[in-house]
Amino acid sequence: MKNSSLGVLYRKELADHFHSKRFFIILLLVAITGLSSIIAAAYGMRDAIENEGSNFVFLKLFTASSGSVPSFVSFMSFLGPITGLALGFDAINNEINKGTLSRLLAQPIPRDSVINGKFLAGLSVLSIMVLSLGIAIGSIGIISFGIPPSLEELMRILVFLIVTILYMSLWLAVSQMFSLFFRQSATSALACIALWLFLSVFAELLAGVIADLVYPVSEYSVLDNALKNANMKLMLNRISPSTLYNECSVYLLKPTVRTTNFVTEIDLIGAVAGALPLTQSILLLWPHFITMAAITMICFAVSYICFMSKEIRA
Amino acid sequence: MGIAVVIRTENLTKKYGDFVAVNNLNLEIYEGEIFGLLGPNGAGKTTTILMLMGMTEPTSGAAYIDGNLTTKDTLKIKKIVGYMPDRVGFYEDMTARENLRFTGRLNGLDEKSIEDRIDQLLERVGLKDAGNKKVGTFSLGMRQRLGIADTLMKDPKILILDEPTHGLDPEGINEMLNLILELARVDRRTILVSSHLLHQMQKICDRVGIFVRGELLAAGPISTLGEKVLAGQALTIEINVSPVDDKLLSLIKSIDDQVRVEVKDENIVVESQKEIRKDLMKILYENNYELLYLKQSGRDLDDIYSRYFAGEGVRK
Repeated sequence: MKNSSLGVLYRKELADHFHSKRFFIILLLVAITGLSSIIAAAYGMRDAIENEGSNFVFLKLFTASSGSVPSFVSFMSFLGPITGLALGFDAINNEINKGTLSRLLAQPIPRDSVINGKFLAGLSVLSIMVLSLGIAIGSIGIISFGIPPSLEELMRILVFLIVTILYMSLWLAVSQMFSLFFRQSATSALACIALWLFLSVFAELLAGVIADLVYPVSEYSVLDNALKNANMKLMLNRISPSTLYNECSVYLLKPTVRTTNFVTEIDLIGAVAGALPLTQSILLLWPHFITMAAITMICFAVSYICFMSKEIRA
Repeated sequence: MGIAVVIRTENLTKKYGDFVAVNNLNLEIYEGEIFGLLGPNGAGKTTTILMLMGMTEPTSGAAYIDGNLTTKDTLKIKKIVGYMPDRVGFYEDMTARENLRFTGRLNGLDEKSIEDRIDQLLERVGLKDAGNKKVGTFSLGMRQRLGIADTLMKDPKILILDEPTHGLDPEGINEMLNLILELARVDRRTILVSSHLLHQMQKICDRVGIFVRGELLAAGPISTLGEKVLAGQALTIEINVSPVDDKLLSLIKSIDDQVRVEVKDENIVVESQKEIRKDLMKILYENNYELLYLKQSGRDLDDIYSRYFAGEGVRK
């Protein structure tokens, strides 16, 4: 690894990230929000325990919110895309504009190691950030609230952090793809933000409109229709990665949740209330996980192919 | 011939849609020479270079560098060819040394020889004291020199320099040209240099190719290129003589029946099909005329250039 071209490029990209002001700003942003979510958890914990029972208290560190300050999970769902986008939106076009890419490609290196190195470095930065933040919050929780985690809780948090990394790297792959499509990094940043806004805000509205068109709900419509409407809205919403991520985090951090689909009372007959084991929760989020991984891979594959066939002019 | 061909193209063609950037280029560049690819902007020089470097695929035809097919043995080619792109770019917030070190690592050199080579190259391009400064603070001339150092990190057999004097001040241009000459003459590297600045290339190139609108009009040593391309064109001699009188004009006309003489402002313009400078001098000397100024034109690169480039405008 040390002397291979991928290794050299990877280390350079990693160093670039760590030295950049952009990384510092994002780290600061994420750290501040992470810490504020701990405070939110401190205040919201009591209510949460009263309402939801005292099982899996440690997990509530990540999900509890208080009044105006949202929980760690909702912060991540919001900041995750920004972090991923910020690390990749000018990955390629900046090098083209600065004229460094043609110099780079004149070196005896396989062309794909450039884009692979960039993605891997971005992924590593995200992983380091998410894992250290997760561990920091957990430790602060243990020290200040005196809540010891069980092994099950630790495993759940670990899986949750991995899902968070995947969620961010999805947006990293998207932004890297845009950095190939748009020559100006400002345009590419704008396109990234537009897509993110659309998926996180407008997609939900649009899903409602479409579902209402397909299955109109009026006071005379039957329950079946209303259910179909709601389910369609949900499925459309799941196009957005943030919905997928939110559902994943619910499965992982609220072990009593068995589904995020709509259930009728008939579905609940015979169900025994209780927490699911981790493996079952993972089974629930598996489709979400695969979908996010697939989107990431598709975006990366598209940028890979574009990059390999792109003519780089100084 | 005994001279090795290092770069060879066979009917190399590149089209962008309907636009033909490079048309059926056949070029041979020999070992150890400086070859100048001359042409106006947009003539297809950079496209040709990109095809040679395997950075863009030719539409048809093939190019070989040191026997390697450019579309196939890209890595082998990039090991032996140093390429400096037009307006070379560096990582601005890294120092010159760091930039060179990065290039060295990408070429798989070990750390010890990287450091040695950086010292040696920075000294050679005159950036010894600027090695630890960030490239962001560098002037254009310094960047170009660093660009040369960068291409030399891999100790290439062949150098391809795209517009190396672009945007430099006169002093910077001279330094750059001397450096290129040294790389060819002292280091025995083969150099392909592209430029639209003719006078500069005239000073250093062994052979040049005139490249206009994707086509190679002529290639050869500069001295013979004029004769070859402009054969049949009249030579023009401009002289300033004191005094100017009718006797002189008729004397000049008597040199050859194809000579035409015209008085333009202070100067006398003589057009002829042959070289007549010797005869002209003799007449002036023998008849006690004082020669103040003489300039011959019609067979040098400038004329080739203006003719083809002016011709461009007319043809279109």
